[in-house]
Amino acid sequence: MLLTISTTFSPATDLGYLLHKHPARMQSFSLTFGKAHVFYPEADTEKCTAALLLDVDPVGLVRRPHGQFAENFALAQYVSDRPYVASSFLSVAIARVFGSALSGKCKDRPQLVETAIPLKAQLSILPCRGGEKLLRRLFEPLGYTITAEQHALDPHFPDWGQSRYFTVTLENTCRLSELLTHLYVLMPVLDDEKHYWVGEAEIEKLLKHGNDWLAEHPEQEAIARRYLKHQRHLTREALAQLREEDVQETDEAAQTQEEAEVEERIGLNEIRLATVTETLKQSGAKRILDLGCGEGKLLRKLLAEKQFEEIVGMDVSHRALKIAQERLHYDRLPEKQKERLRLFQGSLGYRDKRLTGYDAAAVVEVIEHLDLPRLAAFERILFEFACPQTVVVTTPNIEYNVKFENLQAGNFRHKDHRFEWTRDEFQSWVASVAKRFGYDVVFQPIGPGAEDVGSPTQMAVFTRKIDE
Amino acid sequence: MKIPEPSLVLLIGPSGSGKSTFARKHFKPTEILSSDFCRGLVSDDETDQAATNDAFEVLHFIAAKRLAAGKLTVIDATNVQAEARQPLVALAREYHYLTVAIVFNMPTKLCQERNEVRSDRDLKPHVVRQQRQQLRRSLRNLKREGFRNFLYVMSTPEAVDAIHVERQPLWTNRTDEHGPFDIIGDIHGCFDELVELFKALGYAISTQPNGETVAEPPQGRKAVFVGDFVDRGPKVAEVLRLVMQMQKAGAAICVPGNHDVKLVRALRGKNVNPTHGLAESLAQLEKESAEFKAQIAEFLDSLVSHYVFDNGKLVVAHAGMKTELQGRASGRVREFALYGETTGETDEFGLPVRLNWADEYRGKAMVVYGHTPVVEPQWVNRTINIDTGCVFGGKLTALRYPEKELVSVPAHQTYYQPAKPFLEEGTERSTVKTREDDDILNIDDVLGKRVISTRLHHNVTIREENTITALETISRFAVDPKWLIYLPPTMSPTETTSIPGLLEHPAEAFTYYRKQGVSNVVWEEKHMGSRAVVIVCRDSEAAKRRFGVADDTLGICYTRTGRRFFEDTTIETELLGQVKAAIDKADYWETFNTDWICLDCELMPWSVKAQELLRQQYAPVGTSARVALGEAVTALETAAEQGIDVNLLLEDYRQRAEAVTEYVKAYQQYCWHVQSIADLKLAPFHLLATEGTVYFDKDHLWHMETLAKLCQNPQDNLLFVTRYGTVEVTDDTSQTKAIHQWEELTEQGGEGTVIKPLDFIVHGNQRGLIQPAVKCRGREYLRIIYGPEYTLPQNLERLRSRGLSHKRSLALREFALGIEALERFVHREPLSDVHECVFGILALESEAVDPRL
Repeated sequence: MLLTISTTFSPATDLGYLLHKHPARMQSFSLTFGKAHVFYPEADTEKCTAALLLDVDPVGLVRRPHGQFAENFALAQYVSDRPYVASSFLSVAIARVFGSALSGKCKDRPQLVETAIPLKAQLSILPCRGGEKLLRRLFEPLGYTITAEQHALDPHFPDWGQSRYFTVTLENTCRLSELLTHLYVLMPVLDDEKHYWVGEAEIEKLLKHGNDWLAEHPEQEAIARRYLKHQRHLTREALAQLREEDVQETDEAAQTQEEAEVEERIGLNEIRLATVTETLKQSGAKRILDLGCGEGKLLRKLLAEKQFEEIVGMDVSHRALKIAQERLHYDRLPEKQKERLRLFQGSLGYRDKRLTGYDAAAVVEVIEHLDLPRLAAFERILFEFACPQTVVVTTPNIEYNVKFENLQAGNFRHKDHRFEWTRDEFQSWVASVAKRFGYDVVFQPIGPGAEDVGSPTQMAVFTRKIDE
Repeated sequence: MKIPEPSLVLLIGPSGSGKSTFARKHFKPTEILSSDFCRGLVSDDETDQAATNDAFEVLHFIAAKRLAAGKLTVIDATNVQAEARQPLVALAREYHYLTVAIVFNMPTKLCQERNEVRSDRDLKPHVVRQQRQQLRRSLRNLKREGFRNFLYVMSTPEAVDAIHVERQPLWTNRTDEHGPFDIIGDIHGCFDELVELFKALGYAISTQPNGETVAEPPQGRKAVFVGDFVDRGPKVAEVLRLVMQMQKAGAAICVPGNHDVKLVRALRGKNVNPTHGLAESLAQLEKESAEFKAQIAEFLDSLVSHYVFDNGKLVVAHAGMKTELQGRASGRVREFALYGETTGETDEFGLPVRLNWADEYRGKAMVVYGHTPVVEPQWVNRTINIDTGCVFGGKLTALRYPEKELVSVPAHQTYYQPAKPFLEEGTERSTVKTREDDDILNIDDVLGKRVISTRLHHNVTIREENTITALETISRFAVDPKWLIYLPPTMSPTETTSIPGLLEHPAEAFTYYRKQGVSNVVWEEKHMGSRAVVIVCRDSEAAKRRFGVADDTLGICYTRTGRRFFEDTTIETELLGQVKAAIDKADYWETFNTDWICLDCELMPWSVKAQELLRQQYAPVGTSARVALGEAVTALETAAEQGIDVNLLLEDYRQRAEAVTEYVKAYQQYCWHVQSIADLKLAPFHLLATEGTVYFDKDHLWHMETLAKLCQNPQDNLLFVTRYGTVEVTDDTSQTKAIHQWEELTEQGGEGTVIKPLDFIVHGNQRGLIQPAVKCRGREYLRIIYGPEYTLPQNLERLRSRGLSHKRSLALREFALGIEALERFVHREPLSDVHECVFGILALESEAVDPRL
């Protein structure tokens, strides 16, 4: 990875003083993850260019003792872009190699440090998650003129499209320390990745380096979020400290905005869960199953209802169950509540005696995640072997998809959906199941319906026929 | 003293009456459960009466485990009170055990004297007196309590000394009979069909001067009848005469059917309702002599409920037999053998509603039974019903054991109208069985820690944390488990070579096999594509029949993790169609007498399946490295021109830039644009299985030659022959030649070779099974594994240290499981047993092992 910094300030060779690196020879520095070399491809009074060449050791990254770097897919691979791109590795190298320049110290040229000079930085490869648009939104408010060239993934295979890599030139008239600080903070932000563990200490770093510009930056939220690796509490804390004088106001503003977002996003889910809960209550069920409980959103609602004496959440994903357990604060539930709730891993592709003897089962937004050929087994497992008195099934109504602005025509609502049904398709499947296994059925639309296309979610409530 | 084995033996007698001494003399220490010992276990003091309740809890718990396992168990406690015996009798009943009571009715004085000399006991004389009284009261009731058949009372030490214990296997235990057998379904008086069936089975049929028919089995075989000889059909007496004669001659073994039992009661003058064809039997037997009728009654009455044969591998019972009842003795066992399990309700035809015990059967023994007529016998979880309703106009069926072949002869006519029409398709589940009934998998068969026994590699243990991962993978991403009959094992590379510039080299593989005592190996080109398992059926009917799938597919193509290879089903259909056409052309359906074939293949290009990986990892690294190193070289060159000494660094960067160019070339070679099936290549290298057969006994040359015939059609661009050769690993010339071929192949951009012992399965001369194959990857290919710059000396040296042992052990376990899965499938073992192995492979794949190996 190569970073060059040029100036046309006269005498340009003063850049050597500012960087504390002599233009006439190459210097090398050892870093924990490799080496950094500094040399000057050109150095005269008209123009001077310093190059920081970072040598990240690709084999060393992988073979490092466990836990020395943050657990990260990219670092676990020998085939990794880390040695070649501008990332947090380069930020660390800047701090190590150009430490004084970064903090604006220069005993030989004390005035020059404080002077804005014409500077040009070039990054051979800068990964930009968010594309050129974000690149500009980050650097332009700081006064930079940007030239960016995006690289194709592989010129041999044009249909693979563009990579997220840019060769970037940034020009500005500013203090060198400003340029280095901006790079130090914003490169990992664009890369959206960090090679080390990010904790509280990172907030301090961000505020220190963002001291005189971040508070004014229109993208400060995105910067803080990405810099702190999307950890919400860290981001919130950093932003609060950044806007010290008006914490109160921002907090409220943030809350209102979050709420609006949430409303928009989970409105339908909220209605769905409420409807299912109400339906289960109406059925008179006391012991219920939530099959495919995921992270436990429905379970939380069910727990709030006294009528349900025993609630079982089953999911095929062990990870989802762990999250559910945390979200429901399972370990801290009072003994009585805890006794009502049971979570276990299971699969709707396997007959399971743990599922027998319940009054009702909720199968909310689950069937569309099963391959069609495997639906037959699911039907028998639920309706023949587990055979609860009541079964509530919800699934998307594909007809409604045209109403979703963000959904491309022909796409399902979720990448993992194996199918989405029209109302007719769902109803005929339901009818056939009901007939074969002896259930009565009532259909109910969920969510605000529209003419022609029906409601966004469709629900069927199965009730087992009483044995004659 | 006869003691049935297994049984629950209660020693009954006061303290000091000689129970423990007797037990030690006649039983194994592990067979004896002593209350004193259990008291010691829970309290450190065998005489601590306060620990009695806990001690008996422990004793009952252990006894239950032993009874469940079918072990003879002796309870050494005083057992003089009815309430002490009662839970033990209940336990015996629960596990269908016979109970034996051995009573030590010794004089009080003798017991007291004995207790006095024992240093570890301090019993007051009144205790023994009290126990004697309780025993006396008990003696009257023992028979009624459940010790009817085996009650032994001894009143003198001499009587005890004179005892000789003789263990008697239960009548149902015929485990030392190994067959081969011809197991014959419900006959119901269909004598003519029976004789025809015997002929079809190769029995010698002759007629005695007195007109009686005699059937003689071929050498070594025996007929086994599942009962229901009588009622409904035309020639009840003839059937019985023949069967009785065969049994007497040692040519047949019989179990009773419910009709036979009912006939006995009728013949013995019991008041029986002459329905369901009994009237016909009685009418036919009218003509027979009283003596013959008495013989019939005696014969049928003497039949034992069911039999366990061949070391427990085969069970024959009229209406089937659950695992926990097999080889046990109780009224309940007999009931089950005769009538099966019913819900107690009757259906609209007035017949009892049956419970589907076979659906839930998980036993290891094969159960052959009849009782309920079915159109076609179907294997359900290692059970098969061979009553094909001859008397109702169906056919009479025999199952040959151990061949598992079915032989049938059609009924001459419908002799009797069934209460419930059974020949019409789709009437009812309980009569018309489909595979559907055993293809519902059970969570208990996969979750938790699993131990899978394999033929090749003993027991393979799957850790719970791995089954957790596998359950999600298989439920969310894998193809329908009915198709999932095999997954390929992981493969280890060769040991790391010390040859400069290389990590892997064929010589290492040759050395490995030579050390294992293998002299001939084959190398096969390792294609850089994606592993694909392809199952092709002759037609969609065959797919439905054999795999029990519902849709109209011809087969499937799935990846090494059981995922469907193509999201686009049209490409899959075309691919399967083309493979089928090649099989048609080679006429392999006939050659292998099959209507399905399972192939192990490599499918190219790599980019079909690895698109995501290419876009997310390989191409980005190539692009960023190319640009970054290029710019670095330019900058260094400029600096060098300025006279700055950067030459070493420049040289290093030039090398690195070159390595990256090679890296990009390496992955590009395995990518090409796929628009249609015409752009795909499929290289089959193992013919894994066809109906009834796996091909692991054939060597790799056979596999390559057999499969090459599929790839001969010049019009077919899909099927692709793999280059291969043989090597003698003890011959230098032969090895040099193979190494040269490897070099040539990898220089042309090939991934490398796979080196295998000539035989598919090899047990080495050191520690059992050896690696079925090792891969030897080329220098350029490894760039996409170890990174573009791995060939630089400073990198290569570090990469040389890599441990192979975990990978190799994993490869063996997965290999054994894969073969086990296929063998179970071709032997028509239940889906759950096949699935268990495949699930195991997937679970093992989540074990943490260096992914670059």
